[in-house]
Amino acid sequence: MSIDMEQFHQVFFEESFEGLDVMETGLLNLDSGEADNEEINSIFRAAHSIKGGSGTFGFQNISDFTHIMETLLDEVRDGVRDLTHDGINILLKSVDCLRMMMTATSEGGEVDEDEVKTNFEALQNILDSDASAETVNDTPVVSDASDQPAAGWKIKFTPHKNFMQFGNDPVRILRELSGLGELKGQVDTSKVPDFDELNPEDMYLSWDLELAGEVTKAAIDDVFAWVEDESDITITPLNSADKKSEAPQQTPSSTAKKPTASVVAPVAKAAEKKDKAPAASSSIRVGIDKIDDLINMVGELVITQSMLSLLGEDFNMSRLEKLQEGLIQLDRHTRELQESVMQIRMVPISFTFSRFPRMVRDLSAKLDKKIELVMHGENTELDKTVIEKIGDPLVHLVRNSVDHGIEMPEDRLAAGKPETGTIQLNAFHRGGNIVIEITDDGKGIDKDIIFQKGVEKGLIEAGAKLSDQQIYDLLFNPGFSTAAEITDVSGRGVGMDVVKKNIMSLGGAIETHSVKGQGTIFSIRLPLTLAILDGQSVSVGEDNYIIPLVSIVESVRPKKEMLNMVAGKGETYKLRDEYLPIIRVRDLFNIPDAKADLLEEGLLVVVEADGKRFGVFVDDLLGQQQVVIKSLESNYKRIKGVSGATILGDGSVALILDIPSLIRMSD
Amino acid sequence: MTVETHSNGTDELLDVDADLGDEYLTFSLAHEEYGVDILRVQEIRGWEAVTRVPNSPDYVKGVLNLRGAIVPVIDLRVRFNLPLEEYTSLTVVIVLAVKDKDDGRERTISVVVDEISDVVKAKLSDIQTTPKFGSALDTEYISGLADAGGKMLMLLDIDTMLRVSEMKQM
Repeated sequence: MSIDMEQFHQVFFEESFEGLDVMETGLLNLDSGEADNEEINSIFRAAHSIKGGSGTFGFQNISDFTHIMETLLDEVRDGVRDLTHDGINILLKSVDCLRMMMTATSEGGEVDEDEVKTNFEALQNILDSDASAETVNDTPVVSDASDQPAAGWKIKFTPHKNFMQFGNDPVRILRELSGLGELKGQVDTSKVPDFDELNPEDMYLSWDLELAGEVTKAAIDDVFAWVEDESDITITPLNSADKKSEAPQQTPSSTAKKPTASVVAPVAKAAEKKDKAPAASSSIRVGIDKIDDLINMVGELVITQSMLSLLGEDFNMSRLEKLQEGLIQLDRHTRELQESVMQIRMVPISFTFSRFPRMVRDLSAKLDKKIELVMHGENTELDKTVIEKIGDPLVHLVRNSVDHGIEMPEDRLAAGKPETGTIQLNAFHRGGNIVIEITDDGKGIDKDIIFQKGVEKGLIEAGAKLSDQQIYDLLFNPGFSTAAEITDVSGRGVGMDVVKKNIMSLGGAIETHSVKGQGTIFSIRLPLTLAILDGQSVSVGEDNYIIPLVSIVESVRPKKEMLNMVAGKGETYKLRDEYLPIIRVRDLFNIPDAKADLLEEGLLVVVEADGKRFGVFVDDLLGQQQVVIKSLESNYKRIKGVSGATILGDGSVALILDIPSLIRMSD
Repeated sequence: MTVETHSNGTDELLDVDADLGDEYLTFSLAHEEYGVDILRVQEIRGWEAVTRVPNSPDYVKGVLNLRGAIVPVIDLRVRFNLPLEEYTSLTVVIVLAVKDKDDGRERTISVVVDEISDVVKAKLSDIQTTPKFGSALDTEYISGLADAGGKMLMLLDIDTMLRVSEMKQM
């Protein structure tokens, strides 16, 4: 019987990465002095599960590495050791190192052995340093042998005959023991029968081991924790004379043994190393309440459906009202179900935010700055794909704020600001969008410098008149950097253009506000979900287009006398006190058969994007509906002014207008 | 409109080890015969109205809904600069799997042709290389010439012909 272990690897890695996050958060909390025992315990538990899992799956290097971390954490937990700031730094680095090892293992990459070694030694150094002396006084001395490291241990390890049938592997245990200290020993092969009587699934060996080094009994017990029922284990300290046996000595239970005639093929354990590519599919954790909601809703749907089919069996016009009622219910349930299913894809943005405390802490230490990170709205939910793609842009922006935004402490004091700078991360809903704001109270962006830089780079004319927003937009040009010197944190001008590109590809936008000397706000606006939107369908000629409802302000039937021309070409429409530029879809998309030519023949849909209002001129309004967004790019290409396509009720395709890009096209 | 295949049945039965060649779906365009590797053909549908896509090359008629996927429709007459003709009841759309040479992705693209002719087997040895016509005619997307019942068959290299990067050049 062999189980394909690969299927569990994915789960193991996912859980381990989560465990690493837990450890990281915990360590950061310890650092800021908010630690309590529970915090240390949760770090310890995370390390322990990673060790256990990696040992089981045969990732020996990970298991060894985690083991030493665990040992250190164990001492901290027991109060024998205080965790210093440096200690936490080393542990944090070790978490990174572990993450690197795990990524390498799961994706089949190279493990940076030097890195592992450095961290391993650093951990070992802490363990070797005798820090316990200071804390000995306040911890009550427990005279239990299991807590006191002895100079060494003598271990007699006699696995039962059926040891391997439970999936245990003595080699793993020996390997783990050798990770604790210097392991010497002898194997007792006297019970091994003649070859023709040997059953390869039975266990005939036992070991007499000597483990040298400062190892606690508890650590050894840990190693044997899984196998104590299937083996006899005697552990005695090397220096003590009395033979104190821990596990009850049992006589081997198997007496009758049927010799097997045929030799069964040995279970190939080591041969299971496969060079399979890691499974690319990612999974998502869904709260049980969301699933319950779904099940409820499906239940309702089924009830409605059976009601309708009952109605259909014996239908006459007198029951029309009931039918309509049923259809309305069906409609409502379907919509609710759809919303719930979409909810499954929604994950809180804290998944992305959680990495920032660490990043800001490390960066500010590196740059000798004092920075406090404040986060709000971590529970704001976003589509998983959006969350994944927004991570990198946010990292860039936060880095920028740390590096360029916040000044050095002495500069801040000189400017009359508190020594510690503040960076705020804010996530909240606004309309159909999620807004993420990165605010710093640093020195702000100097518009003049950017303007000059823009002229230097030939992006703008020397005498050009630009609005603030246009000047800030220069920042997002490739290769644009105003940092006087390039640091390894930022300043190479790579990044900001990528930030903008990523955000645009998600259908979002980024705005910059800054006051010199007071700080900067980067505000990212993202659609809630990428899969579905509420749309208004409009017709231009033979074609139907969908305008996202979120960008529509209102629709008006234009009056001729409100039309004004700018220089004979640009059309504007006076709506109340505002002059709206008119965008004719017919002209932008070269639609030859558009019906409406004169303004009063068609309709004007007033849209808003990037803070500007425009009138989109179409032939007719059709109706509102929810549409599922389909990609045009997957088989074709990206079309300017179109964000995607959708399939209408009759099976035909309609294109979804991308209002911000339409506005840019008409510029 | 059946076209004779190049070999008769008995020959094939006797000569099992022979180079049987690939099968090609042949279709006609302005009385010329073209063939595409049949393994690339996903489906053949009748012509129906498509949704026009703005700012696309003239040979892209629009997009259609293929069971939920949005697939571009390319008129091969326009693509090959052949005289245009009204679409009739015989006009068909061939849905093809195309491998994008630029990003290695597989795409689904459909082409409009006059009518489907036949399925033809062409041995590798029977396929001639495409002659060069100088700058007057671009033959890059014709992978070879074969004979189909006395009529010349142009075998299309659809990966080259339907390059998306080309469609992107506007």
